[in-house]
Amino acid sequence: MTQISFVVNGEKKTVDAPPMARLLDVLREHCHLTGTKEGCGEGECGSCSVMMNGELVNSCLVPVLQADGATLCTIEGMAHDGQMHLIQKKFLECGAAQCGICTPGMILAAHHLLEKYPAPTMEQIREGLAGNLCRCTGYQRIFDAVEKCGTGTAGTAKRGDEIDAFECE
Amino acid sequence: MAAGNPEKIVGHSPQRKEGPDKVLGRARYIDDYEMPGMWHGATVRSTIARGSIKSINFPKHIPWDEFVVVTAADIPFDNYIHHILNDHTCLACREIKHPAEPIVLLAHPDKQRLHAAVEAVQIEYEKLPGVFTIEESEKMDTIIWGEDNTFKSYLMEKGDVDSVWKDAAYIVEGEYRTGAQEQLYIENNGVIAEYSETDGVTVWASMQCPFYLHKALMELFHLPEEKVRAIQVETGGAFGGKEDYPSVIGSHAALLSMKAKRPVKMMYDRMEDLAATTKRHPSRTRHRTAVDKDGKLLGGEIEFAIDGGAYSTLSQVVLSRGTIHAPGPYFWPAIRVSAKAMATNCPPHGAFRGFGAPQSIFAMERHMDHIAHVVGISPEEMRRRNFIKTGETTATGQLVRDDVDMQKLMDKAFAESHYYAKRKEFAKTNRTSVVKRGMGFACFFHGAGFTGSGERYLASIVGLEATPEGKVRVLVSSTEFGQGTNTILSQIAAEALRLEYDDVIVQQPDTSKVPNSGPTVASRTAMVVGKLVHSAALGMLKTLTDAGLREDYTREEFLAACAAHIHKHGALKVLSQYEAPPNIFWDDQLYRGDAYPAYAWAVYVAEVAVDTRTYFTEVKDFVAVQEVGRVLHPVLAKGQIEGGVAQGIGYAIYEKVVWKEGVMANNQMTNYIMATSADVPAIRVFFEEVPFQYGAYGAKGIGELPMDGPAPAILNAMEEATGLSFNECPVMPEDVFEAMTGAPHSEEQPVITEPAFTGAGRR
Repeated sequence: MTQISFVVNGEKKTVDAPPMARLLDVLREHCHLTGTKEGCGEGECGSCSVMMNGELVNSCLVPVLQADGATLCTIEGMAHDGQMHLIQKKFLECGAAQCGICTPGMILAAHHLLEKYPAPTMEQIREGLAGNLCRCTGYQRIFDAVEKCGTGTAGTAKRGDEIDAFECE
Repeated sequence: MAAGNPEKIVGHSPQRKEGPDKVLGRARYIDDYEMPGMWHGATVRSTIARGSIKSINFPKHIPWDEFVVVTAADIPFDNYIHHILNDHTCLACREIKHPAEPIVLLAHPDKQRLHAAVEAVQIEYEKLPGVFTIEESEKMDTIIWGEDNTFKSYLMEKGDVDSVWKDAAYIVEGEYRTGAQEQLYIENNGVIAEYSETDGVTVWASMQCPFYLHKALMELFHLPEEKVRAIQVETGGAFGGKEDYPSVIGSHAALLSMKAKRPVKMMYDRMEDLAATTKRHPSRTRHRTAVDKDGKLLGGEIEFAIDGGAYSTLSQVVLSRGTIHAPGPYFWPAIRVSAKAMATNCPPHGAFRGFGAPQSIFAMERHMDHIAHVVGISPEEMRRRNFIKTGETTATGQLVRDDVDMQKLMDKAFAESHYYAKRKEFAKTNRTSVVKRGMGFACFFHGAGFTGSGERYLASIVGLEATPEGKVRVLVSSTEFGQGTNTILSQIAAEALRLEYDDVIVQQPDTSKVPNSGPTVASRTAMVVGKLVHSAALGMLKTLTDAGLREDYTREEFLAACAAHIHKHGALKVLSQYEAPPNIFWDDQLYRGDAYPAYAWAVYVAEVAVDTRTYFTEVKDFVAVQEVGRVLHPVLAKGQIEGGVAQGIGYAIYEKVVWKEGVMANNQMTNYIMATSADVPAIRVFFEEVPFQYGAYGAKGIGELPMDGPAPAILNAMEEATGLSFNECPVMPEDVFEAMTGAPHSEEQPVITEPAFTGAGRR
């Protein structure tokens, strides 16, 4: 067992875990953050995506030792002060969540994408989400939701106020 | 405040009921549950396809006293999982019938310890040669099931088929094949079971059909229905893959719990789920068709065969749906469909969206293109001359009462896809371009509800109750797994009661709390269960108006009347039971009659690009036009079609199950490939709405339909693009390479039998 500390969703955590334990299991079992899901266990499906030091990672492939000292953001950290994040609102509005199992990872992937490209083109959205598999939607409603989060088309909700409401780095 | 405005509920798109929990990461799936004292379970599986077990040894390096070990000897009564027949062994004790067959179950408090223990169990086998294809099975050199390896056969006949051949201008033959396909829900199969001597058995599961599991557990433990509880928790995708399989994993976990005397969770990982659980039935369809000189269908023979795997499970009903959909949406003066489900030593194949129809429709729609080529007319003209119309009869003798206009759907699909203009353009550009482009389409129908007399036998019951908190609760065993069950049933109840959408809530499916509204399958929830919710709502209204609620009540008056009723009588609960529409009858003996109460109709167009340097095929654009009755929730409905089309694209060009003696060799997401966001085209969805009298607010079925059309549309487009005729799906780049170069791409791959048909083929 190794003592490992990180900040997750703004909260400092210290856990005793085998150094090669998967970050996914530590988040789910030690931190009780079960919003992060396991789909394939080999980094293909992206359901376990979390933000680690500002990068999107598959938490099933990260030995927890690597997360020592890291700043993490999971789906539970996306909403803030009882307010859904804009991406969550748009996912809900556009029907981008069906069974919901890929949704947490997909929302974090969308967040990462929008950090990089505040007003992504359809090509950037397609490429940016290609590491996250969804079996229900055929992706069309997800594209729609992410597109509506872009600065150009977000309508009344400006990306500025809500996306940065919770700092994920 | 006046009662809710019904025009604002059905036909509109209120927020998905459980949507907020899903986007916030709060929705709880089976692996998110922990129970006090819970252990974890795992399965030791056969490594051979066929043979017998000589011995099971537990080597000393594992401290077995820490584990609970269950074998067939621990099964209290009969060793089977109940589906339709009772041939499915729960735990193999002597005979092995397929790879990954469960033999030993293990439980331990620490799930990290299970893997090594599973690996350590040594099983000695006496291996026998297996049967792995439909052809090997029908040869009957080796009998592996019953007397003739046949789970079920059907004969569907209309008119005098034998007399059509002499007058035919053309007789066109073809053979078509489809591969297995994995449902690939992103959440693997998982359950938690708790067994107690006093309370009986409770299983929480990721599943579609709580009463299927309920029945399987009653039979396994010889318990009365009140001592068995099946509870559905949030389910991360299903697509048929959690229809019959939860009865297996649920029974296993319950056996472990009984012996461990504590709750046991079993959660498959991806490799185990892919290796051991069900897939879409592989199929082979042979067509022989007589047409006149103008391409009018005179008659035809269709031989439809599916590979059911080692146990019968649901194969007979999959076969039935495939049989009835085999003739497509065309008028046949005479037709004979002979169908059979064969046993092989593969893991049992099971339910997957479409349920036999995608297989037989694939064949029909490829064959229609081939007939058109032989006759020398366009594929669209071939369809146009043969579409079934209102007032004609189907192959089962069912009078088409729906207001069907396939031509209108086709015109719409062609207009939206710029079909004619693009065909013209590609004919020009393909001459010089290394990327060959093509347009293809498929026309099809899909029956909603259980096949034949299924709905009569199910006799589903739905309940509605008023709660002390001032809500109306829907009581159904129909489950939500992404399609939107909770949402549409709430819309229907709210509209029927003239309440707000938020006034209606849905009970978590729990067999101790809800009536049996049937399984959540067969595109039946909106049409059948929805209609029952509607009639229960009318029943509730009648109870309240009889007690004095005025006709033009306000929402507040309605809720006050509910509260008064609860105060006086203790509860307000109304049940409603299925009655078949008056003009629907099916004869099981003759296999004739009204196969489904209603059908959805569709025309799908695919635009593809085949790269002659990489042999890679891409779908560039997809138009899906369908008539599904009234659309209850446009956003959910579009989501259903788009998701189904994406799965259909996978079926056509990405998703190949590689078999090696019954073993899925590519049981990882790394090498079993589904479409990513970068692979799907724009999927453009259009609805025509013709309300169906006996469906909820005019709804028919929608869930399975979009699985039927994409594969034939895409392969038709590939033929248009390249001139190469592919008659088996999936078509992988290796197959394109082989077809273009004439070189076999690998000795490893099974040989694709060259289709035997007259006049068509490579153009």
